Amino acid sequence: MSFVDIVQILDSTIRLATPLLLACLAGLFSERAGVFDIGLEGKMLVAAFFSAAVAAVTGQVWVGLLAGVGAAMVFALIHGLASITFRGDQLISGVAINFLAAGMTVLIAQDWFAQGSRTPALSGDARFSSIDLPFAEALSGVPYLGPIYAEALSGHTILVYIALLAVPATWYILFRTRFGLRLRAVGENPGAVDTAGVSVTRLRYAAVMICGLLTGLAGAYLATGLAAGFTKDMTAGRGFIALAALIFAKWRPWHALGACLLFGFLQAVSNRYSTLDFGIVQIPNAFVLALPYILTVVILAGFVGKAIPPRAGGQPYVKER
Amino acid sequence: MTEPAIELKGISKSFGQVQANRNISIRVMPGTIHGIIGENGAGKSTLMSILYGFYKADSGDVFIRGTRTEIPDSQAAIAAGIGMVFQHFKLVQNFTVLENIVLGAEEGPLLRSSLARARKLLKQLSDEYELHVDPDARIEDLGVGMQQRVEILKALYRRADILILDEPTGVLTPAEADHLFRILQGLKREGKTVILITHKLREIMEVTDTVSVMRRGEMEATVNTAETSPEELAELMVGRKVLLRVDKAPATPGDVVLEVENLSVRDDAGVERLRGVSLRVRRGEILGLAGVAGNGQSELLEVLGGMREGRGRVTMNGTALDLTGARSDARTRRQRGIAHVPEDRQREGLIMEFHAWENAGFGYHDDPRFNRGLLMDNEALREDARAKIARFDIRPTDPWLTAKSFSGGNQQKLVIARELEREPDLLLIGQPTRGVDIGAIEFIHEQIVALRDRGKAILLVSVELDEIMALSDRIAVMFDGRIMGERTPGETNEGELGLLMAGITETDRDHSVAEIEANLARRAGKTA
Repeated sequence: MSFVDIVQILDSTIRLATPLLLACLAGLFSERAGVFDIGLEGKMLVAAFFSAAVAAVTGQVWVGLLAGVGAAMVFALIHGLASITFRGDQLISGVAINFLAAGMTVLIAQDWFAQGSRTPALSGDARFSSIDLPFAEALSGVPYLGPIYAEALSGHTILVYIALLAVPATWYILFRTRFGLRLRAVGENPGAVDTAGVSVTRLRYAAVMICGLLTGLAGAYLATGLAAGFTKDMTAGRGFIALAALIFAKWRPWHALGACLLFGFLQAVSNRYSTLDFGIVQIPNAFVLALPYILTVVILAGFVGKAIPPRAGGQPYVKER
Repeated sequence: MTEPAIELKGISKSFGQVQANRNISIRVMPGTIHGIIGENGAGKSTLMSILYGFYKADSGDVFIRGTRTEIPDSQAAIAAGIGMVFQHFKLVQNFTVLENIVLGAEEGPLLRSSLARARKLLKQLSDEYELHVDPDARIEDLGVGMQQRVEILKALYRRADILILDEPTGVLTPAEADHLFRILQGLKREGKTVILITHKLREIMEVTDTVSVMRRGEMEATVNTAETSPEELAELMVGRKVLLRVDKAPATPGDVVLEVENLSVRDDAGVERLRGVSLRVRRGEILGLAGVAGNGQSELLEVLGGMREGRGRVTMNGTALDLTGARSDARTRRQRGIAHVPEDRQREGLIMEFHAWENAGFGYHDDPRFNRGLLMDNEALREDARAKIARFDIRPTDPWLTAKSFSGGNQQKLVIARELEREPDLLLIGQPTRGVDIGAIEFIHEQIVALRDRGKAILLVSVELDEIMALSDRIAVMFDGRIMGERTPGETNEGELGLLMAGITETDRDHSVAEIEANLARRAGKTA
């Protein structure tokens, strides 16, 4: 493995980690507020479809992005209605959203474009183009760090940088603002928030809508940044990997970045090599691909420090005396 | 004449068919401690929830300091200067004290300045009212007494001048309760108004200036505490004369039934909950185990009842019981003549969604009486349940009702009927009257004493010291997984037991108060 290989793997690690990271932070907001969301996958999928479809029709990726985020937020609102207002089962609502998204995107895609459940391939302004970070060219000559900066870090689409900036932003919001304090409180003990005179419903809706926004960005990135158009089931379980990363990160923003980069890295490695040859042992790439899941199971089983979810997570809030 | 701090006029509230509050009127003068007493389900908590904006009254008006005030939500109650300390604390466990106090009352969108201001104010408040807590401690590391102080501070931070406390002493040691009452007296001196909701007559007599008695959703009377007596209040609460003490003949203990030697138990987290407990219960006597909740009594009952494994030696009528393995289960214990009324009847004593007749037979399903070949004889179970309902005066009398549709007292009678009717050699009974109204308490106490008089052994666990004093023939006090000492009811008093419950033995008497408090604080941190 040469240095160029490493740089290329790092580059694709960042690209592959981005949708995971956005979805993971989306889940973080929702679950920290006490609303479990296994519908991240479905929301990403509708966002991917609508962003690609609208970008294809208008030729404008920004309009597509808006449509994608809007669609994801509509789905988030459905989840909010079901689990906050009507106090339904959050898991069932999430499952329903995943099914709805999987079926609906394919159906509408076929109806609109008649290209076998995909959108037309996007090009030009209908796709996010890569942007070069300042001094990328100038620094590329610096040994080691230069190429890493110029090749791996620079040259991604704007959404990648938004995702990376979302990490400190999330941390700041959660731990340094009034909104964050209340959000964390409502996921731990909504009764405390309610008796303090703050609306549990409003807080949880806010969290769920932020979740919609971020999954919208994640989905739009998949279809208009990472790929060039929507294909059937293109999220390919990323919503669930993001949930695994969230548990792995124990619901903390910086840890989420680490977890998503790790999962992205494993994906990048398995994309690149069909088998990993360490001389003595050969590891098939299927195993590398499965590693994130194996890690998650190990974590859930409590082998690597216990992951304690927000205490009021998954339970609708019912006022009691 | 001064304006009342709170005046309620004609408050009514019903939940479906149930009228929780009927035409309630009450006046609470500023700078007083006003008690509200009544049985469970009398409507005390509903009334206070209306005052705190949790429920909306169907009719009636609320006046705060003479002004008619609408209280649609907690925000409005806080704005009107009302603070509430709930029975189950409304604290975020993994937040610090400071964060909990600030929550919902922040100054601006950013936390830093709010926290700094709260820290300063907290210092002032804690000095002023003897409410010392570490602002940076996490709630989950604090003992219940401390958590309660945080709740009071929360209210004071929001500038409450009317403080409502709902059953505040249920989780406190006698010493902690005394400290709480001192705090309340301090608040009163500062001109604050305190409303104390409780079902404990002793507390009412001790700290309140005036007291209102509620019964079945109605306000029975409001009297000056100095001009009433516990007997009169009890009669007002129940609506008839009640015996406040249990009538029982002296015990005539026989052979040892249960002998526990050096029993130790670790919980799932590996913390030692029982540290070498030894005790004996004889035929025809009631051994009462006193102690503040969480000092190992629950674990002791669970081990003896076959719900948890332990180390040590336990013999029943001279033969050893298995403490680990397949034969340490509850079913084997029942076969050996041990009946168990668990502390938490809703989680361990009953299945709330099941019918009364199903619940009345749990644990005894393999009895040939209830079986016909491979099938259950449901009719026999129902017949048996009807008989129990009649004998134990369980109301309503319909065996087809689910357990959850009975009141706390009737649920408990159902469990007790199930366990007592087997005439066990040993009855393990935990918190027999928790959440049970006075009328049913009397009945349950009579049943326990009657079982004793039939020559059975009884191990009673209760956090209500009054109950332990009234029922027991011998009293053992538990603290931190150990038996601190044994006393005879006639030869001890609440003060002495209270010290034992706080882990203070004779030898500690020589230590200074500061040392003892430091010891207690260390312990509170450890168990949390």
